[in-house]
Amino acid sequence: MSHDHDHHHDHSELSETELRVRALETILTEKGYVEPAALDAIIQAYETRIGPHNGARVVAKAWTDPAFKKALLEDGSKAIGTLGHVSRVGDHLVVVENTSQRHNMVVCTLCSCYPWEMLGLPPVWYKAAPYRSRAVKDPRGVLADFDVALPKDMEIRVWDSTAETRFLVLPMRPAGTEGWSEEQLAELVTRDSMIGTGFPKTPGAPS
Amino acid sequence: MNGVHDMGGMDGFGKVEAEPNEPMFHEEWESRVLAMVRAMGAAGAFNIDTSRFYRETLPPHVYLSSSYYKKWFLGLEEMLVEKGYLTRDEVAAGHAMQPAKALKHGKFDLANVERVMVRGKFGRPAPTPAKFNIGDRVRARNIHPATHTRLPRYVRGHVGVVELNHGCHVFPDSAAMELGENPQWLYTVVFEGRDLWGADGDPTLKVSIDAFEPYLDPA
Repeated sequence: MSHDHDHHHDHSELSETELRVRALETILTEKGYVEPAALDAIIQAYETRIGPHNGARVVAKAWTDPAFKKALLEDGSKAIGTLGHVSRVGDHLVVVENTSQRHNMVVCTLCSCYPWEMLGLPPVWYKAAPYRSRAVKDPRGVLADFDVALPKDMEIRVWDSTAETRFLVLPMRPAGTEGWSEEQLAELVTRDSMIGTGFPKTPGAPS
Repeated sequence: MNGVHDMGGMDGFGKVEAEPNEPMFHEEWESRVLAMVRAMGAAGAFNIDTSRFYRETLPPHVYLSSSYYKKWFLGLEEMLVEKGYLTRDEVAAGHAMQPAKALKHGKFDLANVERVMVRGKFGRPAPTPAKFNIGDRVRARNIHPATHTRLPRYVRGHVGVVELNHGCHVFPDSAAMELGENPQWLYTVVFEGRDLWGADGDPTLKVSIDAFEPYLDPA
């Protein structure tokens, strides 16, 4: 981390937190616990390999391939394991399907559990108190914060990720996408639609 | 422990504010913290449950006022000190002053990076048959351990229905305290919203948690 020469910061003073983080990395390095280049490689892997594009491909395939969808809902980890292009998701991924009767939403009230391999690192709001506190008690109120409204009589199911199981919402396929390819459909699948705080994009709507 | 981290059902935190086009990290140091936590965990300095417990034991005002990665940093530093991987003098000096403590899996170098990118396995062979079947009614125990648990307060004492059986998993309550994996059956248990939140609760709401067998009694 040779910041002084490699980077041009607008501010010359480092925050207390930055100083403490750097100090810790220095100690861990000097003690021989970690190799800084290995830390760089972890960050680079997170920045390039994971993200909602992985989940979107899974959803789009489920929308176009009924056998895959059936397998996905039966055993998410196993079904995703058959797709070579998606990074490995571990053993405990559960895919839950939105229908015209039921809307699913995922939260971790105790910390920040989230399907990293499918969706990337979670956004700040997912890890913050407003979402974690209200999702299990007033999910419709939370959805209103996202400008999402559900029919009054629709069942809403909230999955609190309290163990090492991870949950991915399979949203409903948007109308007007008959005949679309998997690649085209994947473009409509948003991160929030796979958490349950949003819907997929609608064909033709401004993004 | 009954900490502020156990937020399900609390009021007063305000609206959910999503940030458009949010970057993966807001400051470079956040990425270093993430990488150090992942690296030291993979090197065997601690398990995931212990790391969660150290974040939960941050003083409530610190927990609530610190950003996400600041909490990770504070938990990491405290945990490494308490587990003997570094000393408070070293933290104050910003340099190593004592010999290193051996790591279970050795130094975290480039050869270990791929291990971090594959999610860990938490399923374990079953030491006993499952006590509950799909469809069974169960009551979440009214327990209040002062140590780590993954049974949120808002379900304790309430009756739900077993919906899924995930097999036997590492038991966080034991693992966090370094008392071994102590595998336990893990179930998805579904509760009616109005059973949890009263007659004024949303009638269309159902909430599930993933509950380890020791959290549950037959109902």
